[in-house]
Amino acid sequence: MYRYDEYDATLVRERIGEFRDQIERRLDGRLSEDEFKPLRLMNGVYLQLHAYMLRVAIPYGTLNSAQVRTLAHIARKYDRGYGHFTTRTNIQFNWPALTDVPAILEALANVEMHAIQTSGNCIRNTTADPYSGAAADEIEDGRPWGEIIRQWSSLHPEFTFLPRKFKVAVNGAAEDRAGLRVHDIGLQIVRNEAGQTGFEVWVGGGQGRTPRLAVRTRNFLAPHDLLSYLTAVLRVYNQHGRRDNMYKARIKILVEALGPEAFIAEVEEEFEAIRESELQLPDAEIARIRSFFGTPSIDNPAPLPEAGEPGFRHWLKRNRRAHKVAGLSSAVISLKPIGGTPGDATAEQLDIIADLTEQYGLDEIRVTPEQNLVLPHVRNEDLHALWLALKTCGLATPNAGLATDIVSCPGMDYCSLATARSIPIAQAISERLQADGLSEAAGNVTIKVDGCINACGHHHVANIGVLGLDKRGEEYYQITLGGAFGKDAAIGGIVGKGLAGKDVPAAIARILETYLQTRRGSERFIDTLRRTGADAFKEAIYVAQ
Amino acid sequence: MKAITANRLTDGRVIYRTAQAGWSTDFNAAQPLGEAEAETVLALAVREFGIAVGPYLIELGEHAPAGQKWRREGIRIDGPSSGTTHLIELLRTERAA
Repeated sequence: MYRYDEYDATLVRERIGEFRDQIERRLDGRLSEDEFKPLRLMNGVYLQLHAYMLRVAIPYGTLNSAQVRTLAHIARKYDRGYGHFTTRTNIQFNWPALTDVPAILEALANVEMHAIQTSGNCIRNTTADPYSGAAADEIEDGRPWGEIIRQWSSLHPEFTFLPRKFKVAVNGAAEDRAGLRVHDIGLQIVRNEAGQTGFEVWVGGGQGRTPRLAVRTRNFLAPHDLLSYLTAVLRVYNQHGRRDNMYKARIKILVEALGPEAFIAEVEEEFEAIRESELQLPDAEIARIRSFFGTPSIDNPAPLPEAGEPGFRHWLKRNRRAHKVAGLSSAVISLKPIGGTPGDATAEQLDIIADLTEQYGLDEIRVTPEQNLVLPHVRNEDLHALWLALKTCGLATPNAGLATDIVSCPGMDYCSLATARSIPIAQAISERLQADGLSEAAGNVTIKVDGCINACGHHHVANIGVLGLDKRGEEYYQITLGGAFGKDAAIGGIVGKGLAGKDVPAAIARILETYLQTRRGSERFIDTLRRTGADAFKEAIYVAQ
Repeated sequence: MKAITANRLTDGRVIYRTAQAGWSTDFNAAQPLGEAEAETVLALAVREFGIAVGPYLIELGEHAPAGQKWRREGIRIDGPSSGTTHLIELLRTERAA
């Protein structure tokens, strides 16, 4: 893992001092709320329905055990005993007092964490494939590039007041597990014909009220040109992006308005002008950052355990992922207990997770865009002990990638932007599908629930999406079908009129039953849907209406 | 009828404007206001400094919020209707009992 140098540590400490002073000035009246709001947002502090919310950055989703213990401590001391992992692989605390925020930030800084740029119209936390450095299908580890982008973009004076927020993701594997095509910039590590690695660049993707898939702007970008190219993209966006209408301010709107060819031409012109500048990354610096990351090697690799309880075998089948190193596996810790709140972990669970990260995970754990956790490097001989330990604290649900592995935003139970509740809908769907045996029977299918069109829960790119809306004071839920997050990214289509919340679980159960009746062989849900079209499922959704 | 609600500056908790021109976390202490009076009292509350963030009017029914935002305001009174906070509160209540 990357370790802060003196520059990082000083920057974070100075920022805490600055924000502490801003909070004091807000509390004693020298700052109005209008003056304070953009300052608190730039430090990750929102004001939600019931309380302030603090969003803490988890760069490229990577944590060590000391950091997880600190998150547990914050949850216990300053919150109500839990934290919520988000689809952008950060963690949110829903109940901190404003007066406690400086102390929380001090605790975070002690373990090299912060909340800078987790909100505001700036470059947000860079995300990456949660299996980076471990995945069997990896071309190159994306985390060093995430770290280089973090250092370059932190408090970047030119890009602190963009037209709107800006999200970058890096993926180094053949499979896209970072959702590149729904990011403002997506960087896919590729290998060219000469065997050199570089970036395929995607720009202009995003979800929200105007979902768009990114367009490819570069087939191959040399690694040392990365920051020059990112700067060129951001300069074009900063100059032409709309500031008069926040709903049309994201770069996806600009790419569409200019047209991809004109947009790319502008970026290329700027790129050529700054390519040979101080932005060019020296090989030595790339090597220095890479040295913090790596893939572990082990002696005497053990095979996968062949014996064990049925529950363990089931968990291995669903929650274990192949590792590039013989004798190691990656293990998904599901934060989706049946009927539970997607992405939540209690302080007690976080403490146990920290212990397991240290004991069995080579002191490294990742947060996934599916709101789960992953121990990327677990020795095969430790998998059984890990499972037993996870079972004791409700973290061994064998449903990674299944229909009960539901993603959900906080919705109207917490969020001031929400138009409907999402958590109770996700809970009811989970319970229904488990009770009907459909979670296991339907295999890999993604279900994502949102409480408003901003789509923090990624419903647009779910195989089955659920969007909660308000109609004259009543919640209703639109179903979308056909979305996908990865290499075959797609925006789901609205199937028909909205449903009452109580009708959603049964409708989704009928969708999956229809799939099981119409699939060919081992066809996945999304493949059946693409073959038959969404209309084949429409009757199932509205049969009882 | 209407009432005035906001979030408390120090900790963000939900508060209501009382008849004594103060603030309370108890919805039942909220001052019911007629249409014209509500705008006047809100203007005063907005100008005050130090306790409330973002005061705004809500519609009142009989003993509960009303209007288009009744559910949202109900959740602000009762706390999350689901999720881990809800679960933890239930466990605490059970333990206390």
